[in-house]
Amino acid sequence: MKASEYFCERDPVAFPKWQKATVGIAGAGGLGSNAAMMLARAGIGRLIVADFDKVSLSNLNRQNFNIDQIGLPKTAALTMNIRMANPFVELEMHELRLTANNIPGIFEGVDVMIEAFDKDSQKLILIETWFKHCPKTALICASGLAGYGRSEEIMIQKEGSFFIVGDQHSELSEGIAPIAPRVMIVAAMQANLALEVIAGK
Amino acid sequence: MTKKITINGNEQDWHDGMTVRDALKMMNYTFPMLVTKINGELIPRKDYDTAVIPEGAEVMIVHLISGG
Repeated sequence: MKASEYFCERDPVAFPKWQKATVGIAGAGGLGSNAAMMLARAGIGRLIVADFDKVSLSNLNRQNFNIDQIGLPKTAALTMNIRMANPFVELEMHELRLTANNIPGIFEGVDVMIEAFDKDSQKLILIETWFKHCPKTALICASGLAGYGRSEEIMIQKEGSFFIVGDQHSELSEGIAPIAPRVMIVAAMQANLALEVIAGK
Repeated sequence: MTKKITINGNEQDWHDGMTVRDALKMMNYTFPMLVTKINGELIPRKDYDTAVIPEGAEVMIVHLISGG
């Protein structure tokens, strides 16, 4: 199997840029596992993904994992799944909890950073750390994706190289959970933005 | 004429010495987790009471909501 066949008839201008690019993904849950898979398929050359968690049954309604992967570290399961879809992408997986101290070192030099955390407090840690250490590198965050329907409310807010994808009001609460389609719409918009930013470099 | 700033693209009243905290109150933003940028610069959460918004500033305030 050749990469030239896998990626045949791709955009002649953007594709070589994607092949040379590295995308960082903080979190391999609903957003991260789906965004990573899409970016691998699209032809991003290298992905750096970090997550401390293991696959559990309650993840499967939205995350890109399978029943036989329950109990595995998400980074290991994601590696297997991406490898089954694309053997060419270079993967750097970190099974650990991201903090303000280790984020700059792990993701140093990425072309685009994707925030794919679950908790709002973790999102803020990444954003504040990013602006302190890598303010010029594009950061694509997500905020507001719980529930179903209302696809048209999901939007992109942009300020310089900082992007937020989501509806900015759908909170998790009892009976309002993240569900595959809306999570995957946001993940797809994050991945799509990453491709756009890299193509425009 | 009342002095103005822009918050998320909309014109809002401004007064001398207005802090990020004042702007949040004015806008009724009650979400606990916010990202605030003034003229492109991120304001850390710990500085909301002291960071002063200059006249004519472009302010971005977005809610960070759990889920992902």
